[in-house]
Amino acid sequence: MFEQLSQLFQTAFSHVLSAFINKLVPLVGVGGSVESVEFVEIKTIVYAVALLAVLGVVFGIALAMVAARFVVKVDPKVEQVRETLPGANCGACGFAGCMGYAEAVVGNPDVAPNLCAPGKSPVAEKIAQITGKAAGAVDPKIARVFCQGGRSNSKRKFIYSGVMDCTAAVLAAGGDKSCDFGCLGYATCMRACPFDAITMSADNLPLINKEKCTACGKCVAACPKQVIELGLMSKAVVISCHSRDKGIDVKKKCQVGCIACGMCVRTCPVDAIKIDNNLARIDHTKCITCGLCVKKCPTNAIHDYIPVRPKAFIHAEKCAGIDVCAKVCPVSAISGDVKAIHKVDQAKCIGCGMCEAHCPKKAIEMVQAPSAGAGKHAEKEMAAV
Amino acid sequence: MLEKVLTIFIASALINNFVFSRYLGLCIFFGVTKKMETSIGMSFTFTAVMLIGAALSWFIYTYVMVPFQLGFLKIVIFIGVVAAFVQAADTIMKKVTPALYYKLGIYLALIVTNCIILAVPLINAEEHYSLFESMALALGSGLGFSLALIIMASIREKLDLADVPKSFQGLPISFVLTGLIALAFLGFSGMITL
Repeated sequence: MFEQLSQLFQTAFSHVLSAFINKLVPLVGVGGSVESVEFVEIKTIVYAVALLAVLGVVFGIALAMVAARFVVKVDPKVEQVRETLPGANCGACGFAGCMGYAEAVVGNPDVAPNLCAPGKSPVAEKIAQITGKAAGAVDPKIARVFCQGGRSNSKRKFIYSGVMDCTAAVLAAGGDKSCDFGCLGYATCMRACPFDAITMSADNLPLINKEKCTACGKCVAACPKQVIELGLMSKAVVISCHSRDKGIDVKKKCQVGCIACGMCVRTCPVDAIKIDNNLARIDHTKCITCGLCVKKCPTNAIHDYIPVRPKAFIHAEKCAGIDVCAKVCPVSAISGDVKAIHKVDQAKCIGCGMCEAHCPKKAIEMVQAPSAGAGKHAEKEMAAV
Repeated sequence: MLEKVLTIFIASALINNFVFSRYLGLCIFFGVTKKMETSIGMSFTFTAVMLIGAALSWFIYTYVMVPFQLGFLKIVIFIGVVAAFVQAADTIMKKVTPALYYKLGIYLALIVTNCIILAVPLINAEEHYSLFESMALALGSGLGFSLALIIMASIREKLDLADVPKSFQGLPISFVLTGLIALAFLGFSGMITL
């Protein structure tokens, strides 16, 4: 019965269809390497449709079975965390990409939620929320450049005219800069930065844009002179020099290098600075970023990244005239008789906060003064932003 | 027979190298050759997918498409076969070897509709190769493509230090290089005649 029907179907339709197709195109073929035929059999069309249908169904079922059999259960939290992360895959967290960190932070209770440096605290808070861990305070890090000896401040050993890249320049006798510890200024760090946070100043020194810098550490790894280090954003007073040369040699090579004179060590109210190997280094666990060393440094090697420092202001009603503030003030900006209300000379005050810390009556407050008292490098940094 | 298999293998790897003689697969070729690591990963994934894809396509072509005279459906069917296989491999790898998946998985998605992967079963079908000959062509093409990727990656890594004129930086100089290597590969032509 079925055979008869299909026979009938074939003879009837194939002739009509073929005649129709052959009217349209004299020779039927698909082109390419396929042989042209004069006559299309309805059989061929049926087989083609059947083959495609069978293959489609077989592949569909096979894929569905594979998907069911080899299902990987992904914790929905992992997906949530991954969406929260910035997706830069920078590896600053110590895991292989953002996905790696998302899996680790959800799966492992010992992995802290605040490891994402580019995401800073908003991301850490969200991750803590998703995973139910305590966020902990995030003190963001930033890349700090430990050299101020640009073209105008330092001398050159020779004229370098090779490939304009620090990694290439360093191969030529350690680079053309006379100081062996300084920035070469061929912008390898700028090209390494995935966030466009580094620009080169007119003096051929890298400027870090603190809004864009995520402390991923790519520039630290790229710099052949190890001039860039990661530091805490809050510890904004930095000795911007890496030279271990003796003071007299530093003087010959660079106008803004650390000559290890020890002025900062003597000035520091909290003993945070030590000289080691002809170079002063700040112990950032002790540093209170008062900025006194910045003022005292004879070669201006210490960099104050705080753009505007606050000024001390004495609340007259609380002041008991104890005179401690006047004694601790390193710049003698506070004056007043004992048991009388003291005054702060705003022009002299450097905003170090020593008096505020020592006043037993808590009569002194540090007030942000928008106009006056900008740190001496603030302009530079503003220009970078 | 062994002689013909060997001939096909060498011919597909060197003389008819897909990148340098047939100018196929250029998109992936320029995409992954920026780094040696990615090109090696791509080479492995590519050769494996090519071998298995060619074998699957050969069975379907020889036992289904030839008897039913459906040769004109080659392109559609082969794309379907390769895509289904790659998708399945992707799912299985993710479960069985996550480490391998994270190393090579990203390339799998790129491979699905790649023209070389499709070209190998098409050539096999056109030339009516036997299974062994098809495998020789697939393996030869895979190794030939790997060779192309590794040559290009090693040159491009060095190229980073070269002083290239600004208008030639990036892709243009890579195309120039590819042309030069293709010229060199022209030297193989006539070595073996099929």
